[in-house]
Amino acid sequence: MVSAILALTALAVVFGVLLGFAAVRFKVKSDPIVDKVDAILPQTQCGQCGFAGCRPYAEAIASGETDINRCPPGGETVILALADLLGVDPKPLDDEVGEEKAKLVAFIDEPICIGCTLCYQACPVDAIAGAAKQMHTIIESECTGCELCVEPCPVDCIYMIPVKESPNTWKWPFPEEEKKA
Amino acid sequence: MSRKLWHFPGGLHLPDNKAMSTGRPSGQSAIPQRLIIPLQQHIGAPAKPLVAVGDRVLKGEMLAKPEGYVSAPVHASSSGTVLAIEEHPVPHPSGLSAPCIIIETDGEDRWAELAPHPDYRQLDPSELRNIIRDAGIVGLGGAGFPAFIKLNPGSRVAIDTLILNGAECEPYITCDDMLMRERAEEVIYGARIMRHALQAKQCLIGIEDNKPEALAAIQDALAHIDDKSIEAVQVPTRYPTGGEKQLIKILTGKEVPSQGLPIDIGIVCHNVATAASVHRAVDLGEPLISRLVTITGHGAAEPQNVEVRIGTPIAGLLEQAGGVNTAPHRLLMGGPMMGFELKNAELPVIKTTNCLLLASAEDSPERGPGRACIRCGACAEVCPALLLPQQIYWYARAKDFDKAQDYNLFDCIECGCCAYVCPSNLPLVQYYRFAKTEIWAQERDKKAADKARERHEFRVFRQDREKEERAAKHKAKAKAVKKNSDEDTKKAAIQAAMERAKAKREAAGIEPKNTENLTEAQRQQIAEAEERRQAMKDQNTSSTAKKEANEE
Amino acid sequence: MSAVLPSSPHVHGPNAVSKVMHQVSLALIPALIAYTWLFGWGVVLNVLIAATVALASEALVLKLRDRPVMATLADGSALVTALLLAIALPPLAPWWLTTLGVAFAIILAKQLYGGLGYNPFNPAMIGYVVLLISFPLEMTSWLAPGELREGALSFAGAVSYVFTGNLPGMTGLDSLTMATPLDTMKTQLGLELTLNEITASSVFGELGGTGWEVVNGLILLGGLFLLFRRIISWHVPVAMLSSLFLASGLFHLINPDHYAGPLFHLFSGGAMLGAFFIATDPVSGATSDKGRLWFGAGVGLLTFIIRTWGGYPDGVAFSVLLMNMAAPTIDYYTQPRVFGHKRG
Repeated sequence: MVSAILALTALAVVFGVLLGFAAVRFKVKSDPIVDKVDAILPQTQCGQCGFAGCRPYAEAIASGETDINRCPPGGETVILALADLLGVDPKPLDDEVGEEKAKLVAFIDEPICIGCTLCYQACPVDAIAGAAKQMHTIIESECTGCELCVEPCPVDCIYMIPVKESPNTWKWPFPEEEKKA
Repeated sequence: MSRKLWHFPGGLHLPDNKAMSTGRPSGQSAIPQRLIIPLQQHIGAPAKPLVAVGDRVLKGEMLAKPEGYVSAPVHASSSGTVLAIEEHPVPHPSGLSAPCIIIETDGEDRWAELAPHPDYRQLDPSELRNIIRDAGIVGLGGAGFPAFIKLNPGSRVAIDTLILNGAECEPYITCDDMLMRERAEEVIYGARIMRHALQAKQCLIGIEDNKPEALAAIQDALAHIDDKSIEAVQVPTRYPTGGEKQLIKILTGKEVPSQGLPIDIGIVCHNVATAASVHRAVDLGEPLISRLVTITGHGAAEPQNVEVRIGTPIAGLLEQAGGVNTAPHRLLMGGPMMGFELKNAELPVIKTTNCLLLASAEDSPERGPGRACIRCGACAEVCPALLLPQQIYWYARAKDFDKAQDYNLFDCIECGCCAYVCPSNLPLVQYYRFAKTEIWAQERDKKAADKARERHEFRVFRQDREKEERAAKHKAKAKAVKKNSDEDTKKAAIQAAMERAKAKREAAGIEPKNTENLTEAQRQQIAEAEERRQAMKDQNTSSTAKKEANEE
Repeated sequence: MSAVLPSSPHVHGPNAVSKVMHQVSLALIPALIAYTWLFGWGVVLNVLIAATVALASEALVLKLRDRPVMATLADGSALVTALLLAIALPPLAPWWLTTLGVAFAIILAKQLYGGLGYNPFNPAMIGYVVLLISFPLEMTSWLAPGELREGALSFAGAVSYVFTGNLPGMTGLDSLTMATPLDTMKTQLGLELTLNEITASSVFGELGGTGWEVVNGLILLGGLFLLFRRIISWHVPVAMLSSLFLASGLFHLINPDHYAGPLFHLFSGGAMLGAFFIATDPVSGATSDKGRLWFGAGVGLLTFIIRTWGGYPDGVAFSVLLMNMAAPTIDYYTQPRVFGHKRG
């Protein structure tokens, strides 16, 4: 009886030490899960998920604070990829964050622009060029379509337009499901 | 003359329906009023316009130059005026528009000055490639890859075999067949130039055995030139023999490595029509401005082949070629196995338009409803790439693109054999195309996301830096203010010290210095000054005393 | 004009699921006729009940699942399942036995997995095995083949027995039934009789059991028809029959007194039906040619093992189900080398 208790205690101690050692020895500094999640997110930095950008959302997902279905720009693809990465069941996009829509790009109606720089300050990826009191313009190739510049504009001269599809970027549609006859 | 041939796996025997369009000699299409010339008719970057709206252009003049290495120029296929450079619908499965140069023709069809090179042997391969590039020649078999690139052997391997693809395995299409029958010598001349450019040991022309006339014509033309290194080889008719990898396997027994190119195994494969246009470009100096197009199908009143200027609107061309028999069920560009449907006939003929199939319901029946896959494996049996189409279908349908790629989705050549035999009538090829284009889009998105992340991180970094800089500036200013006040106190202290010293001096009486060597006059002056100072001093003292007395 | 244009190919070959299923049904007809000839009207009743129940239960589930009913029924797959199960049941099976087996096969083994194409197990064999385990008595009450039977059973008699359990007149069921050759073989080998003593009985014919060999021969004929029409590939039947032949032949050579010969194995029980009609079911089998060889060989070997050492006289159904389970693994390890990829 006593020897059994002693043996178990000894085992517990040994494994405890081992685990403790491993925890210290193999400690990973930055959480790689956050990086992996962040790599999947579309980096629009739009904040529709309720976080201040993609990285904060990734951190929240990694820590289990929030769900994987709160990224409208990423849509189904991102949800599936996150579900796969984290080993959870995919679920449809959360209604409250908005819906998946065609990719957009911002457009500034330049004659109306007064050059207030508010949009410039709002853009998370520096995709707006222009100095104070001069009209601004969107660098189309850099715009992520986050819409963050639309709200601050005092003269409502920024519109979101769908990204133009060309034969080179066109995608074959998913075949119509086997028709019900 | 019998040569050892190999087999490629899979494949199908299809009703070829070729006889209907080989009955008439090929015709020549008229100059249309308008030419619509897309800037991208090839794989690679679109060409960059060299002309402006309103410019007069001559037939054969370069309208747009290649942009980057993998690109090709486009030329005016008749003389006229540039009407517009704008987006116009182009022949593509998407039905979308792309930039085009639109020319109003003048009917004169006046050639620009051409620069023929009658003796190709005097040109070195690199010069030849430049001529071919400037002529805008792309693969005319369907893919439209710039031809000069495939004529560059590079330094990795010596080219053993140049293969000219005259298999034309797709049903209905006969433009290569007719080209070989009617212009065999052009093909042969082109073959010689290409062989020279590649420094290839031999050239094989593969022709399916359902085209005996073409084979005979080519052999006849070969008999007229003394070149034993070029050989016409009859291959069995089996779809998709005309696939580059399949034809190479049949003729040489070698397999082009997955994700690789024929050149990796010392082979280059070109279409026979490409060879003919190489001949025209080099020997005659003519750029690629027209091609043979098969107009066929049970919807066509007079199925035939026509030499058509690139940019000719399809509607007018069809009308001119006898019009339609019955309202066609659908209009296809290319054959029934790999072609795509055109939404309307307002599109231009481009360099890769080999066939316009006016398909009746008989040629191309409406696809019935699909059923569930029963895993019968018929698709795997006919797959020339030895894939498991049912697995790729399964994963493409589940949008599990990683798995689809594990099953080698990108080895699929989209020949359509699997969908043809599928008893469940599933649109398999569309699933593969869907998956491929999704994967490409995801790769583009990934790149864009990485760039956006970088820019966002840089912005955050920049904002932090700006904040820091602002903070630092602030500090410096505050410090500067402090420093100023310090200086004031210092100045005040110095002042005070000076005053104290003065007072001390005065109290102790002035000890004049340097008085030893003074003249009489100087001594007098000093004495006077001393007197005045004393008087002032007295006055000061008395006034001070008066003040004090008053205050009391 | 629709917004989305169809993708190539714009033509389709003559293949269709319904054609496949109809050809399979067609190929079973000669054997069914012989079966009826030998074992009486009960077979016809089996087929009729099975077909009705199969179509009705399939229609019911499709309706519940909100799937197209008529189009799916027309694919003929439910009918094939019904025919296969009917031919595997004893010739004079009570109606509820057939109904239960077919309903189980269609509803549980097929539709609950998602319908045609999604079932991991062969539905007919699931139905058969469920009945075999649950109702061993009914499932082993086989009629004697015609020539060994005392007195024929009229159509009315068969109807009466199947639906009410009563036999008209004086005949008792016992006088009509007898153990199947495989059953006899198993029991008597267990009694330490030698093979020669056992096969002297009239139950045994030239190849397999009397009568049975004819049915199996006609099934083989139907199978060859399917091969000829390229409905099935040769890999599964050849692999299964040769592995059964080799395994039984080997043991027969070692001890001819104790192990039945290879021909007896091939022409008894469900060997032919299994080889050409059951194990060739594409849905639940392996897909590549190499995989099909492994799959068939596995079915043949397991059949021999179960027949020889197992608790049941025949083992085709169990073997097929066991190999169904192994099919995904077989598929995984028998992927063909993709064109342009290196070997291995």
